[in-house]
Amino acid sequence: MKLLGIDVGSTTVKAAVIDENGNLNYSSYVRHFANVKQTVLAELNTIKQKFGGEYCVSITGSAGLGLAQRSDINFVQEVQAAFIAIRKLHSDTDVAIELGGEDAKIIFVTGGTEQRMNGSCAGGTGAFIDQMATLLNVSVEEMDELSLKAEKTYPIASRCGVFAKSDIQPLLNQGAKKSDIAASIFQAVVDQTVSGLAQGRKICGKVLFLGGPLHFLKGLRQAFVKTLKLDDAHAVFPDNAPCFMAIGAALHSVGESGSKIEDIIEKITNSASGNEIVTGRRLFENTRQYAEFVKRHRATDLQFCDIANYDGDCFLGIDSGSTTTKLMLITPDCKILWSHYQSNNGQPLDIVVEKLKELYALTDNKLKIRASAVTGYGEDLIKSAIKADFGIVETVAHFKAALHFNPKVDFIIDIGGQDIKCFKIKNGAIDSIMLNEACSSGCGSFIQTFARAMGLEIDKFSEKGLYAANPVELGSRCTVFMNSAVKQAQKDGATVEDISAGLSSSIVKNAIYKVIRATSVDELGENIVVQGGTFLNDAVLRSFELETGKNVIRPGIAGLMGAFGAALYAKENICGESTTATRDELESFTYKSRSTNCRGCMSNCNVNIISFGDGRKYISGNKCEKGAGLKPVSDDYDIYRYKQTRLLQCVEGIITGKKRGKVGLCMQLGMYEQLPIWAGFFETLGFEVVLSDSSSRELYFKGQHTVASDTACYPAKLIHGHVESLLDRGVDFIFMPCESYNLDEHCSTNHYNCPVVAYYPELLKANNERLNNSNFIMPYLDLNMLDKTVKTLKSALSAYKLKSGEIKRALKVGFARLDGYHGDVKSKADEILWKSETEGKQVIVLAGRPYHLDSEINHGINKLLTSLNLSVLSEDSIFEKGDNVKVNVLNQWTYHARLYRAADFVSKRKNVNLVQLVSFGCGLDAITTDEVRSILEKNGKLYTQIKIDEINNLGVVKIRLRSMLAAIDEAAKK
Amino acid sequence: MNERNYSTVYPKWDKSMKSTHKILVPDMLPWHFEIIEQVLKLEGYDVEVLKNNTRTVIDEGLKHVHNDTCYPCLCVVGQYIDALKSGKYDLEHTALMITQTGGGCRASNYMPLIRKAINAEFPQVPVVSVNFSGLEKESSFEIGVKLFLKFAYAIIYGDSIMWCYNQTKPYEKTDGQADAAREAAVNFVVEKFKNGGYNKYKKINREIIKIFSNVERDKLEKTKVGIVGEIYVKYSALGNNELEKFLLSENCEPVVPALLDFVLYCIVNVINDYRLYGHNKFTAFIYGLVYKIVHGMQKNIIKQFEKDGNFAPVHDFEHLRKCADKVINQGVKMGEGWLIPAEMAALAETGVPNIVCAQPFGCLPNHIAGKGTIRTLKTLYKNENIVAVDYDPSATRVNQENRIKLMLATARENK
Repeated sequence: MKLLGIDVGSTTVKAAVIDENGNLNYSSYVRHFANVKQTVLAELNTIKQKFGGEYCVSITGSAGLGLAQRSDINFVQEVQAAFIAIRKLHSDTDVAIELGGEDAKIIFVTGGTEQRMNGSCAGGTGAFIDQMATLLNVSVEEMDELSLKAEKTYPIASRCGVFAKSDIQPLLNQGAKKSDIAASIFQAVVDQTVSGLAQGRKICGKVLFLGGPLHFLKGLRQAFVKTLKLDDAHAVFPDNAPCFMAIGAALHSVGESGSKIEDIIEKITNSASGNEIVTGRRLFENTRQYAEFVKRHRATDLQFCDIANYDGDCFLGIDSGSTTTKLMLITPDCKILWSHYQSNNGQPLDIVVEKLKELYALTDNKLKIRASAVTGYGEDLIKSAIKADFGIVETVAHFKAALHFNPKVDFIIDIGGQDIKCFKIKNGAIDSIMLNEACSSGCGSFIQTFARAMGLEIDKFSEKGLYAANPVELGSRCTVFMNSAVKQAQKDGATVEDISAGLSSSIVKNAIYKVIRATSVDELGENIVVQGGTFLNDAVLRSFELETGKNVIRPGIAGLMGAFGAALYAKENICGESTTATRDELESFTYKSRSTNCRGCMSNCNVNIISFGDGRKYISGNKCEKGAGLKPVSDDYDIYRYKQTRLLQCVEGIITGKKRGKVGLCMQLGMYEQLPIWAGFFETLGFEVVLSDSSSRELYFKGQHTVASDTACYPAKLIHGHVESLLDRGVDFIFMPCESYNLDEHCSTNHYNCPVVAYYPELLKANNERLNNSNFIMPYLDLNMLDKTVKTLKSALSAYKLKSGEIKRALKVGFARLDGYHGDVKSKADEILWKSETEGKQVIVLAGRPYHLDSEINHGINKLLTSLNLSVLSEDSIFEKGDNVKVNVLNQWTYHARLYRAADFVSKRKNVNLVQLVSFGCGLDAITTDEVRSILEKNGKLYTQIKIDEINNLGVVKIRLRSMLAAIDEAAKK
Repeated sequence: MNERNYSTVYPKWDKSMKSTHKILVPDMLPWHFEIIEQVLKLEGYDVEVLKNNTRTVIDEGLKHVHNDTCYPCLCVVGQYIDALKSGKYDLEHTALMITQTGGGCRASNYMPLIRKAINAEFPQVPVVSVNFSGLEKESSFEIGVKLFLKFAYAIIYGDSIMWCYNQTKPYEKTDGQADAAREAAVNFVVEKFKNGGYNKYKKINREIIKIFSNVERDKLEKTKVGIVGEIYVKYSALGNNELEKFLLSENCEPVVPALLDFVLYCIVNVINDYRLYGHNKFTAFIYGLVYKIVHGMQKNIIKQFEKDGNFAPVHDFEHLRKCADKVINQGVKMGEGWLIPAEMAALAETGVPNIVCAQPFGCLPNHIAGKGTIRTLKTLYKNENIVAVDYDPSATRVNQENRIKLMLATARENK
């Protein structure tokens, strides 16, 4: 009897036929574009025509389960299928790595069988690669070609597509080479698999590479082989890799009773489609309803003016967005003379220059640009290139534009390709701004990626959703989750139409409930203006109106609002002659781009230098003024920099008396608060204190293989690298206490540490084989209880035979150093406050946790703030000036209590505002953020939150901060 | 020092509401709340354990709590709001009940989060706290010694019923027999609460065992799969997408450790705080006495299981503590802390090496006590086969079940 295996994955269907002699007669690999059943049937029909006959059949694959169940065909779990095939075909394999559409798996065959599968938040899969190719605007094959020509790689987060985008977008905008980016993407996938999935277990011996991406993408294969240091004999890429699981499934069906191929086809044809889909509301009941809808929205279109016959003044607005470039030229009475909208293909500058040249040509030199303004991601670059008059932050541009359409506007929502921006307007000024966080990003490009995955252009795809009978309910969260929700819907037989409508509505829900976090739609206000390219999609617009139950204004130029707003701004702020590049200047315009590493400080930022033909330079990618060749702002106004130096001074390096040994302290989490205690303690006892290397991405990679939970916060994940660095330095032991309780600062119900800070040493020890009881000492301490602490330390350090009296004295020294440190930080804060007040400077309290002091964690946001001419304080430097507060939640963590009091302090000062830093994955901050916001808002202050992770992109942060400053200014003017 | 009050005024629970209000309880611990619901009714409280479990529950949760808040909180809030919106309840005379442990993880904050969530639409509905840590004094549920003991007994009986049922259901000769036994056992227990004799735990437990051993069972070999993890997703079908049912359908026997272990874990943590940090000696002493009594009861129950011989006995908590010591320090006490690796080790030692470690996505204590200990456990127990599954509003059942199936495939490989 012949064997038949069918592997139904998230994006492809694979089939394999094995004959009676064990020969592979047939194999195939086709994309199913969500039509699982039809694709499988088509494959089976091919097999029927080719061979006919009877088969023992099994289905496998992540999307195959439902099909198997409903058609009553044997199912085998895909890893098991892989196992069977490995044993049969490659029995000497030690490790198998399989990348599929949405799964990444490692199977350790020898030395203790074990399988690892990507977590629900892990990228690094085929879908991730597809998404990145879309972003680069190339096909996956082209991306592969490109990657082979790479000269260097950039660090890119691969944990999740959304993060990677945030890393890649700025690179593109800065003009990094596509080939280098392509190679970086593959390297990211490798890093994710090797360190994220293997988690400490070494991948060695004979490695088998399976799955479509690893078969088809040479660049990816190269990256794996290179990273794992494999030679040809140990890196096996079987020819049948794409359909390997199908072969496994076929082999699995040995001994099953066979059935005729016709019967199998019939079984599948007759299988019911699933009934587990939850469906939402239809978008339109009929075409008449749609026509009315279209008519209503037409009413807000702007008027046009023929540019060819126009010879008056005009104003230029440019919105250089993350994925698209928008230009608009208006007359003084706000008619559109000309506009342009184009995907920027990673070359925004070329597009702007070329389009302006066209514009000059079009008007036969009659064009009188009186003023111009640039906004968006590429603002700085474009502004300096074409010498525009103004650069404005995009939120301000959007607000200006929305005001034009409805002077009473109180809520604006803009969904673009990459981001969602919402602002509430109060008293004619932007009152609060909400941008999508790195995780809840389900925006325009997201629909586009899906459309492509289903083999459709975006317009066609969304059109299909308009009359969908049963829109699928897909939930509202990050793309990765959405992928599997779609997968489930497909499994259950949802149509492309239903999925399209479902996606539109999920984008809207994501925006309303996750980005804006509205508890009810009434919070959105009465006069809503929606804009951004994504709203040009009628399905999305309709979903929004249905969800909010309100008619909203969507200007006909919804996709150009940034450019329109910039043009309006230019018109309103005109002063003197415009500096905008003339036709001649544009004709001779040239530029060269090159990337290099800034040597200004230890950060070694990757900077991109663009040299213009006329000798001017534009530098991007820098995190501080040094990189741009400017004089750095004095540290005098930045408590972060002060603390960074002052904290390290707590290690005095003076040991009197007998030297007892070398102790290593990890500069991370709790140590950012307690270093003074332990440095004082150990130095007094005669230990040399060695600190771990300063944090960096490299250090993170060094320890990444011991990270047990990839959704923990970045500070926690970084410690793994710190531990490695200390072990490499040859310390006698690493000291890292476990502390359920923090020091009691008497302003909260309890004084816990968060679970991660409290117990992370346990995780480190359990997952790093280099650590043992003698080189890693982690006593359980409550520093509020002195006597017990002395006893515990005595026994923890029993190898050194310390006396209780000594320990007590040493602790005293430690606490004195902590007091000294706190005292100095607080008086420095007083100084900064006083100076700022007298000089009329705005102060920002950059509030987070003590370990947010680490510049790898805060990504230099403090420097960004000082470069915007702001003073920077930290929560721990001023919280004592705030009152004790009674909040709505259980106030039981020491560091949180500081946040609440800091917020209270800020609300009492006119020139002080607060920006809260939140680590991605910090579960406790889900509680604090809402409380801090409510304290500030009750006092009429703005609340700004910045989520930080391993991503290193300050672009978004800058927009947020500048918008906040614009709002503060606006409020001050009133 | 000044204190500025930023808290909103919420309706509080007071004793007089006992006669006027209906109390809604989330479906956290289906096995135990089934009995506790009846106990409270007998005490004169009008309580109802919510059973709503449609997608709307999750959607309401998503709308009303912060994105990053853990899944159990989202489920609880969702169930409440969905219920309040259903029109089934007189909103002027309805209260919500929630437990608080006062521990260092977010779970103690469910109560304020529920308040915040319902405040906009249902400002008149009070939330009442059940805790033993002196939290929320102004709006907490009055529990005297007698009621406390009744709860304790209810937990013990709930455990026994769950324990026997899970060992009966996969093997029942006639469909529905195990469920009939479950109903009979619950009725029997409730009857004892009604007519006295509820504290005769040995007698009652013997009867529970008897009821289930009367069910005819096939002698089949099925894969035993332990379920450990965060307390809500471990027990609640709403939280874990009907994990027990799924395992049954996969021809497995689910092994769900007893809730009493969690109670003892909480008690031991207070004793540990004295041992590790020198916290309140007197409290620790009292808790030590309570521990001795309860653990003594547990040991008697184990003896009964052993004597009867039909079912594997529940874990001995002292054994769990010894298991914990092999893997992690008992100082890890936030959330379910050291109890999770302890249960995973104990399961491995009692012939259940295949384990689903269930946790809400991004659960902080679980980074350390769950995922963080798997490596150690695997070196200790060669066959230990653990799959960590995250539960989350958008994590799909397909993805979760696929992972569990992967674990089951390995389980079968290991046989």
